[in-house]
Amino acid sequence: MNDFPDIWYSDHQTKNVKISIRIDKQLYSAVSDFQRIDVFESPAFGRFLTLDGDILFSEADEFIYNEMVVHVPMAVHPNVRNVLIIGGGDGGVARELTAYPEIQRIDVIEPDELFVEICKEFFPDAAKGFEDERVNIYHQDGLRFLRGRKDEYDLIINDATDPFGHTEGLFTREFYGSCYKALKEDGVMVYQHGSPFYDEDESAFRSMHRKVFRSFPISRVYGAPIPTCNSGYWMFGFASKKYHPVSDFDPKRWNARELQTEYYTTNLHTGAFMLPKYVEDILEQEEKTHG
Amino acid sequence: MNNSRQHRAPIVEALEEFRRLRVVPFDVPGHKRGRGNPGLAALLGEQCVGLDVNSMKPLDNLCNPVSVIAEAEELCAEAFGANHAFFMVNGTTMAVQTMILSVCKAGDKIILPRNVHKSVINALILCGAVPVYINPQIHPVIGVALDIQISELEECIRSNPDAVAVLVNNPTYYGICSDLVSIVKIAHEHGMKVLCDEAHGTHLYFGENLPICGMKAGADMAAISMHKSGGSLTQSSILLTGPSMDTGYVRQIINLTQTTSASYLLLSSLDLSRRNLALRGKESFAKVVEMAEYARREINEIGGYYAYGKELIGDSVFDYDVTKLCIYTKSMGLTGIEVYDLLRDEYDIQAEFGDIGNMMAYLSIGDRIRDIERLVGALEDIKRLYQGDAKTTPYVDAVDATVACSPRDAFYAQKESMPFQESEGRICGEFVMCYPPGIPLLAPGELITREIIDHILYAREKGCSLQGAADPVVDYIRVLKEGK
Repeated sequence: MNDFPDIWYSDHQTKNVKISIRIDKQLYSAVSDFQRIDVFESPAFGRFLTLDGDILFSEADEFIYNEMVVHVPMAVHPNVRNVLIIGGGDGGVARELTAYPEIQRIDVIEPDELFVEICKEFFPDAAKGFEDERVNIYHQDGLRFLRGRKDEYDLIINDATDPFGHTEGLFTREFYGSCYKALKEDGVMVYQHGSPFYDEDESAFRSMHRKVFRSFPISRVYGAPIPTCNSGYWMFGFASKKYHPVSDFDPKRWNARELQTEYYTTNLHTGAFMLPKYVEDILEQEEKTHG
Repeated sequence: MNNSRQHRAPIVEALEEFRRLRVVPFDVPGHKRGRGNPGLAALLGEQCVGLDVNSMKPLDNLCNPVSVIAEAEELCAEAFGANHAFFMVNGTTMAVQTMILSVCKAGDKIILPRNVHKSVINALILCGAVPVYINPQIHPVIGVALDIQISELEECIRSNPDAVAVLVNNPTYYGICSDLVSIVKIAHEHGMKVLCDEAHGTHLYFGENLPICGMKAGADMAAISMHKSGGSLTQSSILLTGPSMDTGYVRQIINLTQTTSASYLLLSSLDLSRRNLALRGKESFAKVVEMAEYARREINEIGGYYAYGKELIGDSVFDYDVTKLCIYTKSMGLTGIEVYDLLRDEYDIQAEFGDIGNMMAYLSIGDRIRDIERLVGALEDIKRLYQGDAKTTPYVDAVDATVACSPRDAFYAQKESMPFQESEGRICGEFVMCYPPGIPLLAPGELITREIIDHILYAREKGCSLQGAADPVVDYIRVLKEGK
């Protein structure tokens, strides 16, 4: 019995690896000033969105990603008031943040206006984040927005995923330096660190750690399995001026909030910073060579 | 200009036709469409190595163009408003040398500013002409050499009425332009030819509201680096001539030193770039100007840096090429070369050059605004992390030269090597320059002064790459033997 047509979308994770998802139908396709955007409906992952043919997120697994970039820093930093999200045009990260009443301002920098409109239309659940009055969207280049900003944010979340596309400026030393400057003296930056599993991705992974490690006094990496990400195993960076993600972590304080999550727990928090040996080795090599 | 003609690209059309014919090669090059060198084919692509062919009847011959190259040169001359255009495959260096060799003989005087490219002085070594340098003026704020001041030119012509030509940088590496129309008028009144080194000025022929270009100003010849702002392949270039020049004689001069195996990759890139500039140059350079102006505003907003533009125009600067993005860095307490090195080593951004007080980011028809954001972001981060004391090292990026003998006499004279520190008062036997920009600090035949020694050693200390001298680190210098 076959409920769905035999149409498949393939995500080329490397030149030699692709992961295929059966498609029920294509819901949308357009080319913005920045990228080609497509939305599909699938039996296994629900709706998912691709940028220039590469999968960005799906309804089925986006919660893992959104929770890990928000709750991890929020359970460490005791006093977050102003948050900046770079990228994040789908609203999912902003939505997680709105659960914290002490946050006063959430600025979302998403250059691609069409991307936001499409997310609002096809992923209304994630885009709910934009309805909160603390959230402001700016359609601007991330580096341009950060220029001249100093001592302004407690938390910056870099939601950009692609170090080689139009967001490549968000994976550079000038970007991390600009974030450092825009953060308050106890500020935290969380960013996408990619996956070092495939040889093709390893050098980008290394260079990211090298740049951040030299820009911030504390720079740790944590991970989570996310099925639609390259190699299914995704890493995040935690860069901080003052708070250590594990020794300054306060599970009691966070648990007292009684937030509803599907992925994040305070037990998992500590575990996420325990890395496979090969990842630890890569990070240590970079720190030794360029420290 | 006839736009329907400018849609054509005769060399490219001939190459495409040639490819369709699938001719079996029993001629050079020996890689035979890449088959004999699979590594090269893998690196450059089959399309590219397949077009690396030799001159033959259907593809014309650069040494004596009669068909498709002649047509392409004619279209090029039309697009640039010149009487004739010569395609060059040995860089603008050769275009510059051809200009000088076409108008100067041994012993002739040629008037020029001191901030010429080394190719100019090399041409003087080849032909034996003697340089007469116009008294250089230095810009009071940014410390770089201005080009030709009219009053200084008149003075120079009064003292050297027998000079045969005047050479002008249009613009200089830093974008500064002289009053070319007046220079042409004065030079022609005295029977002197005007040669324009337009290595940094291709866009002046196509963009709007930019400084005047050589051919329009009535210059006799102009050397155009198509591969810089014009978008052709590295090493390809154009020599333009006006109606006063004998094209047959110029062609003879070119053929003295030009290869007889001109690369069709370079020639086709010239043909395509000319078409692109003729059809879309105006819009493309308007975009470059817009990006440069945006970058200037943003960089000046950071504070500390000075990205200069049209406001330089005044008593000492006649016109300024706003497509150039030059940044004065000394006010940040950093030399240009230090910022240039930081951009590359720390931020993965390669700038065009850095000297003592300035650095330059080269903008062209291939730039994107998001890359400009990276450059500005990096400059801001450099200020945050590396800002120095702006009061140190008063300095200018120019040196005064005293010509003691002709470059050719110095080049062929008996020489000896001696410690550079102790060489004051001797006559230099070789070049010393920072590269880029490749403007000599010392040239053969020039007197070595204390000021120049200090200048060069300071540039070396700041990380400038010194070139031209036999000793790559210039601890020693070759000078003319005394008592000759």
